[in-house]
Amino acid sequence: MSISKLSHAEAAEQFIKDEPRTDWHDETLWFVRQKRDKAAHGLPEWEKLREWASQIKDHTLSNLDNYLKEFESKAQDNGVIVHWAADGEEHNRIIYDIITHHKIKKIVKSKSMLTEECGLNEFLHAKGIETVDTDLGERIVQFRQEAPSHIVLPAIHLKKQDVSDTFHEHLHTEKGNNDPQYLTEAARQHLREKFIESELAITGVNFAVAETGGFIVCTNEGNADMGAHAAKIHIACMGFEKMIPKAEHLSVFLRLLARSATGQPITTYSSHFHKPREGQEMHIVIVDNGRSRQLGRADFRNSLKCIRCAACFNTCPVYRRSGGHSYHTAVAGPIGSILNPNIDMRANADLPFASTLCGSCSNVCPVKIDIHDQLWKWRQVLVAEGYVDTTKKIGLKGMAFVLARPGLYRFAGKAGRAMMRMFPWLLNNKLNPWYKQREMPAPPKESFRDWYIKNKQQ
Amino acid sequence: MKVGLFIPCYIDQFYPQVGIATLQLLEKLGCNVSFPLNQTCCGQPMANSGFAALSKNCDKNFVANFRGFDYIVGPSGSCVLHLKEHLHDEQHPGEAQHIRKHVYELTEFLVDILKIEKLDASFPHKVGLHNSCHGQRGLHLSSMSERMLPAFSKPQQLLSMVKGLELSLPVRSDECCGFGGTFCVFEEAVSVKMGKDRIADHATNDVDYITGGDVSCLMHLEGILKRNGSNVKTVHIAEILNSSL
Ligand code: SF4
Repeated sequence: MSISKLSHAEAAEQFIKDEPRTDWHDETLWFVRQKRDKAAHGLPEWEKLREWASQIKDHTLSNLDNYLKEFESKAQDNGVIVHWAADGEEHNRIIYDIITHHKIKKIVKSKSMLTEECGLNEFLHAKGIETVDTDLGERIVQFRQEAPSHIVLPAIHLKKQDVSDTFHEHLHTEKGNNDPQYLTEAARQHLREKFIESELAITGVNFAVAETGGFIVCTNEGNADMGAHAAKIHIACMGFEKMIPKAEHLSVFLRLLARSATGQPITTYSSHFHKPREGQEMHIVIVDNGRSRQLGRADFRNSLKCIRCAACFNTCPVYRRSGGHSYHTAVAGPIGSILNPNIDMRANADLPFASTLCGSCSNVCPVKIDIHDQLWKWRQVLVAEGYVDTTKKIGLKGMAFVLARPGLYRFAGKAGRAMMRMFPWLLNNKLNPWYKQREMPAPPKESFRDWYIKNKQQ
Repeated sequence: MKVGLFIPCYIDQFYPQVGIATLQLLEKLGCNVSFPLNQTCCGQPMANSGFAALSKNCDKNFVANFRGFDYIVGPSGSCVLHLKEHLHDEQHPGEAQHIRKHVYELTEFLVDILKIEKLDASFPHKVGLHNSCHGQRGLHLSSMSERMLPAFSKPQQLLSMVKGLELSLPVRSDECCGFGGTFCVFEEAVSVKMGKDRIADHATNDVDYITGGDVSCLMHLEGILKRNGSNVKTVHIAEILNSSL
């Protein structure tokens, strides 16, 4: 799938060139954020729920090895085949082996950001195996050979018109018919066929319960159930952080998840899977792919509490205006910007800088991840490891040098202001990104300090 | 009460009137204020860009200038937040700690320490309030829309004491303006778009001025307003609170 090679800033600039579309993207997501606010306001215990969720996750992460072992043995007792994958490649290979072992041709997949992270679709495609994404938004971006741009609303960057064009091309719907109901119906018919034919279904996992060995998949379209119930093999893929200790903890997370994600009181389908039905084979692939490394980084381990509600995306003023593809990773947005440098520091060094550190993400997060503080900390790590461009480094080194020397600072300030007054074109030109769309502040003759000495210290 | 006046570098250089208003206001309210002459910067521009390690000497200079005060007050939420969270000085850890605990953003100082209940100020204009993120979410100067907690606002409380001032809030009352330190340069396109959107939200209220507690946000908005030939002006909250038009 086309993942942009541009940096976040470059891709964002491209996106914003179409300003009406940017406004529409911003407003659509803000609308979801407002729905979330309304739903959260409906629960007097909201802040308490967040605290509980955060503590349960903290506890789980501190005892993760035990809970994973407990989960594995319970799941095995239930007749589920459990696999462990150290990275994306192993995850893909495990799935490929199951497919080839059973000589499967027809595969449906429900939404899973993990398979996206591991590049499963491309991997299977390269082997001549096609999977059909059955979440409506996922199917749309799959037709367009694009990556999802949002973890809950994968096609949120597209307008009705775009969907209509895509369906016209791939499903032969009427050209120019933008009626959502008509288009959804066309997709439904198309997907029904795929569900019926499918021999193997891949789903994600929202929560895995150590106590029972069961797992929960939340969808609004019921497509995970349709796939899993129709196919004779069900493979569920999960990052190992999806663990929670007990079934009773689900109440906390299910209440927070749907409200944070879309403002719904509950996701339409929260399906609980425990064991294969008769004649079915059920697999769980538990994936590390850098998670244990993140768990070991004290400053960033908190990010593994994420339940993928996307509230931080919807609230992020940068995400809303730059679009998900500008993050060039499977998981975009604020949380993606702290998870992805862990996976590949060099490729994702731009992401922690794609934020104003406004802090809205941390406060909206239902499990209280200190997202903006982690972004700040990633910046320090990336600079220390040398993943920063030279001009920036020279600039900031120079700045630090001047600002540590009061005399030099005053001289530079005075000289700078004089230059701005006498030679405004020095800064008012195309090379100065500030000046591109903004005026420079008018430089005063006198600094505050000059004024102070004159007026207060005679 | 000995108050050290902290005037961040860019205010010192580009917005001296904000420093003057802050000083006059504090003096009017009976504080014994002095401005340490060798101060420069809080170190935030380096730290937020990932170069916190480089701000050591800048931090040291800050501690040398501001030790010995009961309170340190500055008209900039983001600089104050940076000091509170990150100021270090290996040679004078106690002093650095004291400063971190006693540095206040101006409106916070007026409300929480001086406990101001009335002001002799007048500013007969329509004013929109921009809540800066570092002030609001970082220093808790006002409640935020993300949290389900009781609403309050220190800047608003103070503005309500100003005669003739008609306050209006934008619909997205606590969205970031897009300045973000070096973000405004390295992510120029998003930064400007965010600023334009903030302005548009205020403009629907027909305001004469946009005010706030952070000159950095205001400087960014001012730059866009001026470029687009708008009549809306920016003014720091200290200037309003010190105003007796
Ligand atoms: S970081 Fe928090 S807000 Fe963002 S997706 Fe994860 S749980 Fe949701």
